[in-house]
Amino acid sequence: MTGATPVPAAEPTLLELTGVAVEYGRRGARVRAVDGVDLTVAAGEVVGLVGESGCGKSSLGRAAVGLEPLAAGSARFLGEPVTTIGRGARPGRLRRLQMVFQDPYSSLNPRRTVGDLVADGVTLGGGSRAEGRTRAAALLERVGLPASATGAYPHEFSGGQLQRIAIARTLAADPLCFVADEPISALDASAQATVANLLSGLVRDSGIGLLLVSHDLSVVRQVADRVAVMYLGRVVEVGTTEQVWSRPQHPYTQALVAAIPRPDGGGVLPADLPGDVPDPADPPSGCRFHPRCPIVEDSCRTTDPRPETVAGRQVACVVRAAPAARADA
Amino acid sequence: MSAGSVQAATVTTPDVARAARAPWRSPLALVGLTIIVGWLVLAVLAPWAAPSDPLAQDAAILQAPSGAHWFGTDELGRDVLSRVVHGARISLPLAFVLVAASTLIGSVVGAVAGFFGRWVDSVAMRLADLVFAFPGIILALAIAAALGPQLRNAVIAVVIVSWPGYARLVRSLVLAARTSQYVVSSRLLGASGLRTLFVDVRPNIAGPVLVMSALDIGNAVLLLSGLSFLGLGAQPPTPEWGAMVAAGSQNFDRWWVGLFPGLAILTVVLAFNFVGDTLRDVLDPRTARALRE
Repeated sequence: MTGATPVPAAEPTLLELTGVAVEYGRRGARVRAVDGVDLTVAAGEVVGLVGESGCGKSSLGRAAVGLEPLAAGSARFLGEPVTTIGRGARPGRLRRLQMVFQDPYSSLNPRRTVGDLVADGVTLGGGSRAEGRTRAAALLERVGLPASATGAYPHEFSGGQLQRIAIARTLAADPLCFVADEPISALDASAQATVANLLSGLVRDSGIGLLLVSHDLSVVRQVADRVAVMYLGRVVEVGTTEQVWSRPQHPYTQALVAAIPRPDGGGVLPADLPGDVPDPADPPSGCRFHPRCPIVEDSCRTTDPRPETVAGRQVACVVRAAPAARADA
Repeated sequence: MSAGSVQAATVTTPDVARAARAPWRSPLALVGLTIIVGWLVLAVLAPWAAPSDPLAQDAAILQAPSGAHWFGTDELGRDVLSRVVHGARISLPLAFVLVAASTLIGSVVGAVAGFFGRWVDSVAMRLADLVFAFPGIILALAIAAALGPQLRNAVIAVVIVSWPGYARLVRSLVLAARTSQYVVSSRLLGASGLRTLFVDVRPNIAGPVLVMSALDIGNAVLLLSGLSFLGLGAQPPTPEWGAMVAAGSQNFDRWWVGLFPGLAILTVVLAFNFVGDTLRDVLDPRTARALRE
């Protein structure tokens, strides 16, 4: 477990998201999937981004690398803005910001050899074909595949192997930071462990920053240094993995953490959250969580909570922030 | 996970070899391929294979099939067998040229429409819709008539009628592939949109386009003979199958004049459809497995 100690402030911030909003749909029927999220990823740090389906975590991940246009806010990589991908080639500096997708079967071109696919990372950056081939063989070995795999086609591999090939492909571009969108949830249990270990090993050995988008809380707990919890397009709590897990502050995080099944069979499902996730096209007034919140107060229906420091981490909750504010006064 | 599975995997056959082996597993394609090869050989060897000059009018007119003239003679005393054999030299190459041209034009237009989107897409697709709004043969007739009755103009007419099918197919494939994760991941690695179109998208859409072309060759033969039948394609004395059937229809009591060129059209169209169908089965992953095993 790497989550015990907070990351030293000396590590440079690689990816900085400020007030990021992502919208879908046409004028008139626009849905704000992500609404004003602040998040940073530093070198050598794994930031877990968790939340239930539809909370906007994947949209945030895609926006962070420039796959979705920002409706508001800014995404910066190494201090420079992340431009949305257009028709032309992505600026070279952004090549060091990469993404690993959920489904390795569809993220690798079925008609090209694994060697060519991995070598792309080198040749698209201006490297020669020979360099690409050498690098591809080396990277495949690094992710635990024989160098002879270069001549094979993607359909000849298992899901776990394919995901490692996909990771090798992004590594060929020498990334400083990458976003992994549910990188292991499409894999079987043994492959999950291999890929999760590979990812955390890369972060540890190469000082890569990783934004790990996942709904699998146990994996995030294993791998992440910090955790951001999303609900309906907002980040409700950000803190070190240790803080968030052992003393969750936001009522949503508390419900989420309490719902994790435990190996002793004592998996509790106590905090029954009434109702479903509201429609993101028509979010509730005030705090977006208030219709389902067990500790809701009158002010929650009108006040939109902004992140405030509570017990050493950022929490967006009026009720939780109140005692802290009182203590400050 | 083991190295063993990778070693074993590397011996699997690439797509090309699989496609080449496929005819032997489906008899219909084998029949089709045999007929096509037979016609191609006949076309190449026509000057030697045909018993006489297709234009020579040195026999008695409208003779029934006999030992001297296997397929009989036509209204000008020309040997029908020789004319049918020589007809292969016109219909087959033109059908290939025609399909190649429509595939090329349609693919380029479709790829450009799918790649650029917005108004380029709208203009290209409305143009395609315009062509689709008419029955193919009627539009081809109108164009061929406007350009003047000539074999070359008939070919142009058929190309104008058939490119939109390819444009639509390629456009939809490009649109689907453009948002696919393998294209997006290439884009993230720094590939331009145009590069992914050639490197990532092209190999994935070549299969369906090839199948459509193969299925279309038969259609092209039919359309071209149709135009010639109506007098808008090949002009006398060219030994073109459609024109020969037309001559037969004027002498319908002399069945051999129209029947043999008609059979030639039938066998060629049927053969290309057999091959095209099989090709589609082979390249479709859902049916390919059944053919491989």
